[in-house]
Amino acid sequence: MRDYPGTRQTLIDIDTIPEKGKGVPVDHNKIVAENVSAFFGKVQAIRDIQISIPENSIVAIIGPSGCGKSTFLRSINRMHELVHGTRITGKILLDGEDVYSIDPVLIRKKIGMVFQKPNPFPTMSIFDNVAAGLRMGGTHDRKNIAEIVERSLQQAALWNEVKDSLSKSGVGLSGGQQQRLCIARALAVNPEVILMDEPASALDPIATAKIEELLFELKKRYTIVIVTHNMQQAARVSDYTAFFYMGELIEYDVTKKIFTAPSMKQTEDYVTGRFG
Amino acid sequence: MDNYRFHFRKFTSLFMFTLCGVSVLIALVPLVLIFYRTVAFGFSAINWDFFTQMPKPVGESGGGLANAIVGTMILVGLGSCMSLPVGIMAGIYLAEYGDNWFGQSVRFLTDVLNGIPSIVTGVVAYTVVVLPMKHFSAYAGGVALGILMIPTITRTTEEILRTVPHSLREAALALGIPRWKTSLQIVLRTAMSGVVTGILLAVARAAGETAPLLFTALNNRFWNTSMNQPMASLTVFIYNYAVSPFDDWIAQAWAGTFVLMTLILLLSLTVRLATRNKFAGNLL
Amino acid sequence: MVGHLLVRPLYFLQIMESIITAQHTFKASKGRLINPGDLIFKNLTRFFAALILVLVVLMAYEMIRTSALSWNKFGFNFFIRSVWDPVQDEYGALPFIYGTLVSSLLSIVIAVPLSLGIAVFLTEVAPRWLERPVSFFVEMLAGIPSIVYGVWGFFVMVPWLRSTVEPFISKHLGFIPLFRGAPYGVGMLAAGIILSIMILPIIASISRDVLKAVPRSQTEAALALGSTRWQATRIALAYSRSGIFGAVILGLGRAIGETMAVTMVIGNRPTISASLFEPGYTMASVLANEFTEATSEMYISALVEIALTLFIITIIINSFARLLMWSVTSNERAQKA
Repeated sequence: MRDYPGTRQTLIDIDTIPEKGKGVPVDHNKIVAENVSAFFGKVQAIRDIQISIPENSIVAIIGPSGCGKSTFLRSINRMHELVHGTRITGKILLDGEDVYSIDPVLIRKKIGMVFQKPNPFPTMSIFDNVAAGLRMGGTHDRKNIAEIVERSLQQAALWNEVKDSLSKSGVGLSGGQQQRLCIARALAVNPEVILMDEPASALDPIATAKIEELLFELKKRYTIVIVTHNMQQAARVSDYTAFFYMGELIEYDVTKKIFTAPSMKQTEDYVTGRFG
Repeated sequence: MDNYRFHFRKFTSLFMFTLCGVSVLIALVPLVLIFYRTVAFGFSAINWDFFTQMPKPVGESGGGLANAIVGTMILVGLGSCMSLPVGIMAGIYLAEYGDNWFGQSVRFLTDVLNGIPSIVTGVVAYTVVVLPMKHFSAYAGGVALGILMIPTITRTTEEILRTVPHSLREAALALGIPRWKTSLQIVLRTAMSGVVTGILLAVARAAGETAPLLFTALNNRFWNTSMNQPMASLTVFIYNYAVSPFDDWIAQAWAGTFVLMTLILLLSLTVRLATRNKFAGNLL
Repeated sequence: MVGHLLVRPLYFLQIMESIITAQHTFKASKGRLINPGDLIFKNLTRFFAALILVLVVLMAYEMIRTSALSWNKFGFNFFIRSVWDPVQDEYGALPFIYGTLVSSLLSIVIAVPLSLGIAVFLTEVAPRWLERPVSFFVEMLAGIPSIVYGVWGFFVMVPWLRSTVEPFISKHLGFIPLFRGAPYGVGMLAAGIILSIMILPIIASISRDVLKAVPRSQTEAALALGSTRWQATRIALAYSRSGIFGAVILGLGRAIGETMAVTMVIGNRPTISASLFEPGYTMASVLANEFTEATSEMYISALVEIALTLFIITIIINSFARLLMWSVTSNERAQKA
């Protein structure tokens, strides 16, 4: 087991598809994970994950509870290390550059994140919520901020619902609206990748449908990695699906194949509902 | 026989719970009496002069405690200047970075400091400020009150900051906001009303303190706003007047008590309302 | 469930994750980049936190330095002599130590049953609509300044003790030395009562919190065995005994250091007497009364030594109580996990 950043492997060709992800056609890999392992204290949460995430695609990560899918997601934008006693080995490359050799603040601007439960800042208005990342990132040009806020809210398909109440608190919105607000907030920083950690699990079916619809729109501009519990959701929205089990990447392929003709027995068991 | 024991046990249960109710009533008696006496004696002695006039010499009736009221404000202000930066910053440290042995020991010592008698902080202020300067001063009183306020502010700040949901910190960090900005502009801002509550509590407590002022700020029958001079305070005046043999001084002591109690009551009601709002706003 | 845990060790991991993330810790791993703003901010807050440590040490140092004169002259005898003579510069603190001990123990004796009654009332008896106002009133008792208790005790309680309570007690219980002597009003009894009112809210509110933290399964188990609610409550009390003990110790610490209210009702006479009706003197009140008059260096030094003694006693008591209560809360955490 290598402890980052002690040793560096020679860079692999970023367009090489890891063994377990064979069959994925690739133009350009936005994110490449090499032998990523993550630990909580002495407990290993994920083991030697190898995965390439193509640009402008939606990759779904599925698997039973505790399989490490959230941990992997949180390793990508270095949120994992915020928990006391955690450790990561291996490499995660964003456009070929190791995220663990860059200031985490910069990484998190490039890789946005949407969480399971909507978490707007309660003391801020809807407008300020969306503007929060910009302002605290040092942008103070009012006109510029207003433009970006409007554009982000439009991208998040929330503009029409909130354009008359921008100064109201974000906490007053419905759950689905709050989640779209959080998406707008993440978009405002102009990220390249968006990580979503079960973004619809706390929402009702209608709000979920809206979020899923939104994902198709966002795909055109962003690379999206979504962790989900819900296999139908994965099948509906994603281009590629990765199946995690017990901290390992079992299978990674085009979504259709994973759900119709998986090559691994565990994957088949899982997607057919035999366990999990 | 069994029936008898059953009823005995039921009776014991009822009896003991009744005793518990009675102890609540017993505890309420002094509270009610204190309020009653303060209002009955204090309100009649209070008038406009009390707030605007200076103390009159012995034998002359009338006058007020204007200087003492201002003095209390100045002393508490001095104490706040000293304790607010320390308390809030240390509170932030404990909440955001304090889960290590250093944080543990600071937390522990802060709790211990909270239990140290206020008169002892007065003695320390005396040895540190009064002895070298060779005279009593408002500075000394401010130092004593400041030491007293630090633990309250530190611990309430910490505890309030800890109630801010973890998800908000994550949301901010995931936007690429640096951690220190997250602490100040997201966490502290979200918890602001709670932090202010903690400060109000500390201010209320300091305004009601007498013991640490007795031999630091001492007292002053004249108008004084110089920090370098002995300074009057409402509480020390209440003490001096209450143990005096003069009826109108005693009446003014009650009036002072009334003012103090009103202040404390207002502050604790504000705190109540503020915390209620906080929980309403933080239902996330 | 157990089988689950055995078969899928990572199940444990998720539990771990939720526990760890519940604490708001952020810590960059070693060797990772850290934002310069973060570095400055963290160290700035750490500096202020360290100031608190320095403050406590400085307080102790200042008092040790100033009381050295008295300590060098009287040594340990300071604590066992009962002479207090500023004219001859001869000092011994025994009467004050005695007065402090007796008045605070008396207050504990009065306050503990009442506080526990209130705590049980709040957790077991009171309906929800009554719980909030009663808690509020108890907290109000804690918010009243010491000087207000003093004024009230001085003008209301002491005359009442003198005219009604003390004559009554000495008539019926006068054969006990504790209740012998002239009813002055001011004295140990008055101090004990006023102190008990003042420490009651501390003990009551902490005991309430501790009782609330008792797992429901404990009392439910007792009820399911056919015990009455009072018997179940006794089990809850027994379960939380160390937390309650911590609360009592904290109350004791507060009583020992209480100054103004005691000074106004205890009579301020440095005598050691078995009777609770007799006036006494405490360490805190001698400081309050005599510091301004202290002119000679030895006098000041002796008074500071008393303050240092108070400081050390309260530090020991508070440390003990805090450790006790921390162990209780960490036990709870362990059980919840």
